[in-house]
Amino acid sequence: MDRQELKKVQSERLRETVERIYFNVPYYRDKMQEAGLGPENIQSTDDLHKLPFTTKQDLRDNYPFGLFAVPMSEIVRVHASSGTTGKSTVVGYTRNDISTWSEVMARTLTSAGANRHDFIHVAYGYGLFTGGLGLHYGGEKIGASVIPVSGGNTLRQVQLLVDFGSTVLACTPSYALFLAEALEEAHVKPEDLKLRVGVFGAEPWTENMRKEIEEKLRIKAIDIYGLSEVIGPGVASECLIQEGLHISEDHFFPEIIDPVTLEVLPEGKTGELVFTTITKEGLPLIRYRTRDLTRLRYDKCRCGRTMVRMEKCLGRSDDMLIIRGVNLFPSQVESVLLEMSEIKPHYLLIVDRVNNLDTLELKVEVDEEFFQDKISQLESLRQKIQINLESALGLGIKVNLVEPKTLERSESKAKRVIDKRKF
Amino acid sequence: MIIHQLSVFLENKSGRLTEVLEALGSENIRITALSIADTSEFGILRMIVSDPVKAKELLKNRSFTVNLTDVISIMAPNEAKYYAKVLKILSDLDNSIEYTYAFSVGEKSVIILRCSNTDEAIRALKEHELDLMKASDLYKL
Repeated sequence: MDRQELKKVQSERLRETVERIYFNVPYYRDKMQEAGLGPENIQSTDDLHKLPFTTKQDLRDNYPFGLFAVPMSEIVRVHASSGTTGKSTVVGYTRNDISTWSEVMARTLTSAGANRHDFIHVAYGYGLFTGGLGLHYGGEKIGASVIPVSGGNTLRQVQLLVDFGSTVLACTPSYALFLAEALEEAHVKPEDLKLRVGVFGAEPWTENMRKEIEEKLRIKAIDIYGLSEVIGPGVASECLIQEGLHISEDHFFPEIIDPVTLEVLPEGKTGELVFTTITKEGLPLIRYRTRDLTRLRYDKCRCGRTMVRMEKCLGRSDDMLIIRGVNLFPSQVESVLLEMSEIKPHYLLIVDRVNNLDTLELKVEVDEEFFQDKISQLESLRQKIQINLESALGLGIKVNLVEPKTLERSESKAKRVIDKRKF
Repeated sequence: MIIHQLSVFLENKSGRLTEVLEALGSENIRITALSIADTSEFGILRMIVSDPVKAKELLKNRSFTVNLTDVISIMAPNEAKYYAKVLKILSDLDNSIEYTYAFSVGEKSVIILRCSNTDEAIRALKEHELDLMKASDLYKL
C-alpha cells in the first residue's frame, strides 16, 4: 500500500475513533470541549496534533474501567500492568480487539519468518501481563503449534525445548540469555535444538545482547515492541532485515514529540513516541504518551514493507525502570517506605544485571529514633521492608540497612536510582 | 548501678570503626570495654566509655546513629563458674539476657550484661551479694 492510500485509511479510521470516544467516553469529551474541539475538527491525521495527550496518569485517574468506550458486556478480556502506588493500568478488549491483536501478532511472527510449520515456545508470562497471551493468539492465528510454557521453571523449559524441538522462542531477551546458560549447564548444544528464531521484547536490550543471544543459541534474534495500553505486544516488530521495527500503523498511528515542549517533531528526529489507536474499540487511546524515546523513518524497507519503522527504543522520558519485564517506578518504593513508621524514606535503588538476570537492591537509612542496639530488631526491620516491597512490587528485592545521612541528598531531586545495566 | 553503654550502628564498611575511635580519641574519651555484634551487612558497636553523654553528642554530630543503652556490670573472680552463677541467677528469674561480654583485669573479670529487666536483675544480683559496679568505678578501670 502506498503512503497516500494508507493515509486515507488512517484518516478515516481516526475520524471514526474520535467520534466514538467523543460520544462514549465522558472524560475524552470533556477534554476535547475544553480544547474547543468537536469531532468535526478532526478530518485527517493532519489534524491529530490538535487533540490533547493521554497519559498513564489519565488511565489511573479513571481506574479501572473509566476510559472504556463500550459497555462492559462488549468486553471479552481484561489485562493489567503493574503501576505506581498499587494501582495498575487496566486495559479491556472487545472481540474485535482480540482479533486485531491476533492479527498484528500474526504479522509480528510472520515478519520474523515464522509459519504454520513452526513450534512456538512461549516463555512470556501468561496472566494479567499481555506478553504470554499476545504471542499465543498470534501463533495460533498463523497456524503454528503454540506451546504455552509461561515463565519460570527453567529446567523444565530446557527439557521441553529439547523434547518438542521448538523452532521459535518467545520471551524477554534477558530470559533468553538465562535460558542459553541453563542449556549450557545441562550440556545441551545449540545443534541439539531446532530453534531458528526468537522474538524478544518487553524490556530494553542492546545490540550487544542481541549478538550474544544470536551466538549462544544460534538463532536470529528479533526485537518486538508493544505496551498493554496500546494493545500489548504486536505494536511494532522487526523483519528479518533487522533495520528498525515496523509499526502496524494501520492500527496504531505514531507521532514523535519533544517531551518538554510537546511539539511534534519531523521525521528522523529523536523524541517521545506517541500512539493513537485508530481501530480499537474497548480502550481507544488518543495521543498516548509512551515515554519511550525513539525516532521514525518512512522510507521503504529492504524487506519490501512500506510501514513506518521505529528505531530500537533508546530510553525513557520518565523514571520508569523495567526489571525482569516488570515496570517499576521509584515512587512505588517510596510509597511503601512512607507507610512504615520505623524508617524515613531515604533510599537508593540499585539495579544491576548478574548472569543475565536483573537484580534489584535497596539501601535504606536506619532512623536514629528507631535504633535500639539490638541486632534482632534491625534484622526483623530489614525483613519487614523486604516483605512489604516484594508484595507491593511483585519483584524480588534485596534490602540493606545503611547509616543515616550516608545516601546522597540533593537540593532539588535526590538521586534515587543507580542503573548499572548497560543498554 | 546502671551503666550507660554507647551503641553505634555501623555498616560493614572498612574505615568506619576507625572513624568512631578517632572521633572519641580527639576528645580524649577513654574506652573501658568494646564489643561488636555483626551480620553480613551491618553491625552494632557497643562501648563503655568515660563520658557517654559527651561521646553520644560527639558521634551524633558526625552523623553516626548512636544510642545509650542501660547495662549492668559485675566484678567477679575470673573463673567460669562465677560467670555461670551470674547467668543462672538471671535465667532462674526468666530474665533473658540479650547479650553479654566480659574482660579481665588482673585476677578479676568484669562482666557486662544487657537484660530484658534491668531493675530486677540488679535486685537479684545484689541479694546474691555479687559485686555490682558503679559507672564511676568502671570508667576508672
